[in-house]
Amino acid sequence: MRPVYMISGGITKFVKAQPHKDFRLMVREAYDYALADLPGLTPETIDGSVCSYFSDHFTRQVMAGAMVQDYLGLNPKPSRRVEGGGATGGICFQSAWEAVASGRHEVCLAMGFETMSRVNTWKGNEFIALASDTNFDYPLGGFYTGYYAMMVRRHMHEFGTTVEQMAKVAVKNHGNALHNPFAQSPAMLTVDEVRSAPMVATPLTVLDCCTMSDGAAVAILASEEAASALGGTPVRITGIGSGSDAMRLADRPHSEVLILPHENPEDYEGLRFPGVHSFRGGRMAARSAYRMAGITDPGTDLDFVELHDAFTSSEIQTCEDLGLCRYGEGGSYIDSGASFLPNLNYGLKFSGSEQWRPVPVNPSGGLLACGHPIGATGLMQAVFAFWQLQGSLAKHLGNSMLQLPEPRRGLIHSHAGTGTTITVTIMERV
Amino acid sequence: MDPRAKLPESEEGTVLFNTDPIVIKDHYEIDYRHSYAQDSPFFAGLARGKLMGSHCQGCGRRYATPRGHCMECGSATTWCELPHEGRVHTYTTCYYGSESFLKETPYTLILVEFTGVDTLFLSRLVGAAPEEVSIGLKVRARFLRNCKFKVTDVYFVSA
Repeated sequence: MRPVYMISGGITKFVKAQPHKDFRLMVREAYDYALADLPGLTPETIDGSVCSYFSDHFTRQVMAGAMVQDYLGLNPKPSRRVEGGGATGGICFQSAWEAVASGRHEVCLAMGFETMSRVNTWKGNEFIALASDTNFDYPLGGFYTGYYAMMVRRHMHEFGTTVEQMAKVAVKNHGNALHNPFAQSPAMLTVDEVRSAPMVATPLTVLDCCTMSDGAAVAILASEEAASALGGTPVRITGIGSGSDAMRLADRPHSEVLILPHENPEDYEGLRFPGVHSFRGGRMAARSAYRMAGITDPGTDLDFVELHDAFTSSEIQTCEDLGLCRYGEGGSYIDSGASFLPNLNYGLKFSGSEQWRPVPVNPSGGLLACGHPIGATGLMQAVFAFWQLQGSLAKHLGNSMLQLPEPRRGLIHSHAGTGTTITVTIMERV
Repeated sequence: MDPRAKLPESEEGTVLFNTDPIVIKDHYEIDYRHSYAQDSPFFAGLARGKLMGSHCQGCGRRYATPRGHCMECGSATTWCELPHEGRVHTYTTCYYGSESFLKETPYTLILVEFTGVDTLFLSRLVGAAPEEVSIGLKVRARFLRNCKFKVTDVYFVSA
């Protein structure tokens, strides 16, 4: 395998509904953004593409990826579609990485979209729920928010996590998005507002959940040779990992914790893992990506994280999977303020604990505030991480509020179906 | 050849939501011939008021939700009958849901744990107000008399 770099990226603004543009035009806009951002990059330099969208149901078009390919004028170059539920975008990014790392492509386009507004929200939830076992899970209520609600209820039982801690995730991510013009739902929220919002599935209120969106994103990956020939400020992809778990929550084992390099098995005596409180696939993905990138203590070695916060609870659970804090500490971790941007005022009082080094989590606003057009989401994270590491957020967002000073290394995390498929990718400033 | 050939006209119209851009109603539905295949004995069991799980012949694991092959060791499983009483492992009450289930809201989902069984079973809890549900609550299976051959033929009540 040879080194791979991200050399450009682009996104559309994520919105609830974009009826004036179909999926092809949305990807076109993101693609044009990426081409314009790196003058040396032309369609001729791109060797092929990988396309990600989650649902043929939402698109009402099978082989939509092939239609995007021709709309971008990339025929007859190779192209394929990848799909893996909510992790589709993350898988797409890693597939493009594989195409370049293997030597098959010098420059590969990763492009993703979802057009979720084409059906009503509750029909959309039905489509998403078809990604749960249609014999044993779906007929009971077919509702992912319900599945995640059961997971966090168990997390609360095991570790004492509170709904107020979950609400702080919503306050943070919506607050960050106030400075991100690409985000769908920026807002200054309070914990009380999150808790008094309409209940969706106990204990998750509507503000604990991300929304459905229309949107597209692209990331362009290149070999070292191509990256240096094309110029710009490339960012190196230094770690790739992915993991999986049983589709059905009911089947998840109750076994031993997968340990990260900075942890000891004694830390988790008596804890049954993953149960339904944690995402084993996320831990597996992190472990592989850390090994490849040479990360031994993520809390020290990472400068920011863009993770899949489809629900506030998922962020708390995922911070543990990624080893930013230990299992059981996710609630105290958010209380400490370590995952908030130090330069923003969220109207919250932090616990004052200095147990953890500050590592902003979802500085972009995450899925909760940016939106979640499924096939685009994992690529959206890559684009924000890319700009963050380039130090170019001011140029793209029109302000520097979300720009960290000199970030060296970031992590992006894409997640499907209660943790059935999860990807973790490490990106580093060159 | 008939140069005056015409397609027949129809009286059917199109539901139009918007004209800029043009947004039309596009109906789609399908009936599948859905086979439960190797899981069929579970659904046959529901009709007889039995909860059928899987027992791995390699490592001995017992699954509350059936599977033909073991998730841990890969060996084939045999069928085993599950107890009708268990405990709530976790729960939620859904006030919204997918379109097909909206009319059933609010409904309570539980993952049930059974003594001596290694995995859980997803079901509905009925007859309990949301605030009456808790982890560890003892529950008992009940079965629809008119079997639909769906996993919803079994549901739980407090024991």
